[in-house]
Amino acid sequence: MSGNVGIAANLNPRAEMASIMEPAMVEIDHLSLYYGEKLALKDVSMSVPKHRVTAYIGPSGCGKSTLLRCINRMNDLVDGVRIVGNVRIGGSDIYDRSVDVTELRKRVGMVFQKSNPFPKSIFENVAYGPRILGLKRRSDLEGVVERSLRGAALWDEVSDRLHESALGLSGGQQQRLCIARAIAVEPDVLLMDEPCSALDPIATARIEELMLELKNSYTIVIVTHNMQQAARVSDYTGFMLLGELVEFGVTRELFTNPRDKRTEDYITGRFG
Amino acid sequence: MSTPLAKMWRGGEPFVWLTGGALALALLLVAGLIALILVNGLGFFWPKDVARLTLADGKEMTGQVVERETVPGTAGQHRIKVKVANRDLYGADFQWVDEAQIARTDYPRDVAVVERTEWGLLIGALREVRDGENVVAKGSDAAWAEVRHRLPEAARLRSEIRGIETGEIGAINYEQERLRLRAKGLEQKGVSTGPPVDAIERELTALHLRYKEQETRLADLRKRQGATLVVTADDGKEKVLPLAQVLDVYFPNTMSGPAKAWHYATRIWEFVSAEPRESNTEGGVFPAIFGTVMMVVIMSILVTPLGVLAAFYLREYAKQGPFVSVVRIAVNNLAGVPSIVFGVFGVGFFIYFIGGSIDRLFYSAALPTPTYGTGGILWASLTLALLTVPVVIVATEEGLAAIPRGVREASLALSATKLETMLRVVLPAVMPSVLTGLILAMARAAGEVAPLMITGVVKLAPSLPVDGFWPFLHLDRKFMHLGFHIYDVGFQSPNVDAARPMVFATTLLLLAIVVLLNLFAISTRNRLRRKYATSAV
Repeated sequence: MSGNVGIAANLNPRAEMASIMEPAMVEIDHLSLYYGEKLALKDVSMSVPKHRVTAYIGPSGCGKSTLLRCINRMNDLVDGVRIVGNVRIGGSDIYDRSVDVTELRKRVGMVFQKSNPFPKSIFENVAYGPRILGLKRRSDLEGVVERSLRGAALWDEVSDRLHESALGLSGGQQQRLCIARAIAVEPDVLLMDEPCSALDPIATARIEELMLELKNSYTIVIVTHNMQQAARVSDYTGFMLLGELVEFGVTRELFTNPRDKRTEDYITGRFG
Repeated sequence: MSTPLAKMWRGGEPFVWLTGGALALALLLVAGLIALILVNGLGFFWPKDVARLTLADGKEMTGQVVERETVPGTAGQHRIKVKVANRDLYGADFQWVDEAQIARTDYPRDVAVVERTEWGLLIGALREVRDGENVVAKGSDAAWAEVRHRLPEAARLRSEIRGIETGEIGAINYEQERLRLRAKGLEQKGVSTGPPVDAIERELTALHLRYKEQETRLADLRKRQGATLVVTADDGKEKVLPLAQVLDVYFPNTMSGPAKAWHYATRIWEFVSAEPRESNTEGGVFPAIFGTVMMVVIMSILVTPLGVLAAFYLREYAKQGPFVSVVRIAVNNLAGVPSIVFGVFGVGFFIYFIGGSIDRLFYSAALPTPTYGTGGILWASLTLALLTVPVVIVATEEGLAAIPRGVREASLALSATKLETMLRVVLPAVMPSVLTGLILAMARAAGEVAPLMITGVVKLAPSLPVDGFWPFLHLDRKFMHLGFHIYDVGFQSPNVDAARPMVFATTLLLLAIVVLLNLFAISTRNRLRRKYATSAV
C-alpha cells in the first residue's frame, strides 16, 4: 500500500487535492534505494510543488535524508549505492545516463545539517559557486556576493568583514552563509538537510523566517526531525518511516487530520 | 598493600611525578647537549691570552692554555694542555705540561698571534719586517707598526690575485672546456676539418692569448708581494713569513675587552662567510653552509609535490581496503630503513642508471668523464627526497583525514567536480599539514650524512653549485655539507686536536640552520593556517 501513497495524495479527491495539483518541480517516481543489500528507500513516489516549502519528517534513520540526497545525486558519492526508479526535475530524468551531475547540482543547491563553510573568507565562500561556473570579473562577483548575502539576510552583519575568515562567524551566521553560498548560483531547488539542528532557538527562528522569504524564488525541500518546525515553515509535509513515505499532503491537513495511524502516532508522540 | 599507599596510587600523584620526571630528564639532556655545543663552539673564537711558562729545567713554552686535567694515576696532580701553535717549527700544535714542572707563568705584552693562510697559528714576538733583502723595521713595536701599515695592501693584493685566478682564468678554463667538448662532438660526427673546426681553433688561440695576458698580470702582482715578517718563537727559533700569507696579527695579552669582542665578531663572520683552508681545519665553512641549504631547498622542491600527490591518491582516490592499508604500513615503515640503504639505492639507480643514461644521451662528448653519472647535488637531493617522502605522505594524509567531509560535500553540491574540489578546497586546507611534514623532512634531511657521502658530498668542492656561468645552477656538481664537514674535520683531519673546536662550531651552525629553516617553514604554515583555518571542531 505504501507504493501508492504519494500518488494517492494526487488522486485524493479531498480538499487538498487542488493545491497538490500545483505545478510540480521535482517528481519522484517509484524510487527505491539500496545500500549494498540493504533497502533504504522503498518505492517512494511523490511530487514537490514549485515555490513551496516541502518538509520530510520522521524518526532518525527513516531515510528522509537519503531521499533528499537523491534529488541532487549526492548519494552517488557513497560506495555500493543502487537506485531503482526515476527522479524528474522539470520533466527530465536526473538519473539518465546523459545527465551531467555538475549541471544537475547547478540547478539543485544544498544546505547541510552541520554548517560547513570553506576555510576561506566570507567573500570567497559565496563566490565559490559562481567561480566554478566560470564567473571571473571582480565586479560581477561582488554583485553576486552582495545579492546572495542579502538574500540570506546576512549582509548587514558581515558587509564590513567580507574578507575575514568565514570560520569566525557564529553557528547561525555560518549556516546562513551556507544558504547564501547555495543561492549564489541561483538554483531552482534548494535542499536543506536539518539546517537548524545544531542551532539555538534564535538562530533557528531567523533561518525559518528566511525560508519563508526564499520560497518566493526557490523551491525548498527541508528535512527536519522537529515537527514544530515542519508545521511552522512548510506548505507540504511527508512523513517517512523505515524507508517508506507513509503519508504526504498539505501540512495543516497532515498535522490535524492524519490519514494513517502511524502518522498519527508519530505526531502525537505515541510512537515507538 | 597498605591503604594510604593504595590511596596515593589511585590519586594519580605518583604517575604525574613519573611523567613530569621523564619530561624533565629529556629536557635536561637536550639542554646539556646544546650547552656543551654552545660553550665549545662559541668559545673557540675568543682570543685567549698567551702565557709564557718557564719550566723547572729553564725551558720556555709560549702558548694558550686550553685544558687542565688530573694526571692519570695520581691524586691532586694536574697537567695542562698548551696550544703552542707554530706547527711548522715544533711539529705539533699542542703540548702537555705537568703543573709541578712549571716554575713561573707570565703574560708578556709583546707576544703576537699571527693568523696565516698556511700551517695554522704562529705565536711569537715580532722581530723585523723585510722588503726583499732590506730590513725596513726592527724591534717589536716598529715591526708591528710596519705590519699594520702594510696589511691592508697585502690583503688587497691577495684578493686581487685570487680574483684573477678564479674569475678571469676560471672563465678561460670554462670556455676552453666548452670548446674542447664542441670539437669532440664534431669529431664524433666525423667532422675533423672545415670551417667549424677552424672556428674552434681560432677561438682557442684567442683564449690562449687571453690566458697569457692574465699570467703576466699575475706575475706582476706577485712581484709586489716581496715583504716578509720575521717572528721569533721559543728556543730562539725564527720564522720568516711572507707578508702575503699573513691574515691578521694581534696581541691578546694587551687587548682590551671591546677589542677582543670585535676580534671575536670578525672571526665568527669569517667562519660563516669564508672558504675553508688547511684541509678544512682553518678558515670558514661558507661552501658547506651554501651546499647544505641548497640541498635542503632542492630536496623540499622535489619531495613536496611527490609526497602530496601520493597522499592524495591514498586518501582521496584509492578505494580503502586491505591493499591500501598494506601500502600505508609499507610507507610508514619506509621511514625506518637505514639511510645508507637509500644512499646505495641513490648510487645504483639515480647515479649509475639515470645519470649514466643522461650522460650517454646528452653529454657523450665529455665521456668517459661523467657529467651526471657521478655524485652531484641533484642526486643527493633526490636520494634525500626519497628518504623523507614517507614523512610528507603521512603528515599530508593526516591533514586530509582531518578535513571534514562536509566541506568536500559542500563543494560538490555547488556543482564543482571532484578535481575542482581537490584543487580549490582540499589542497589549500591541507597545506598547513603539508608544511608540518616538510618541516620534519627538512630537519631530517639537513642532519643526514650517510647517504650523502656516496651520492655527491665531497670534502672540498672546487666551486659552488651556483655561479656566473650559464646555466648558473649546476645540479651535476659535487658540493660540501655541514654534516659531512663535521665528520671530516672531527675524524678525518690530520690535526684532530686543532680541528676539534671547529667541530663544535660547525655543529652549532648546522643546528642554527635547521632552526632557521624550520622557523621559516613554521611562519609560512602559521600564515597559511590563519588564511585557511580548518573548520574541524
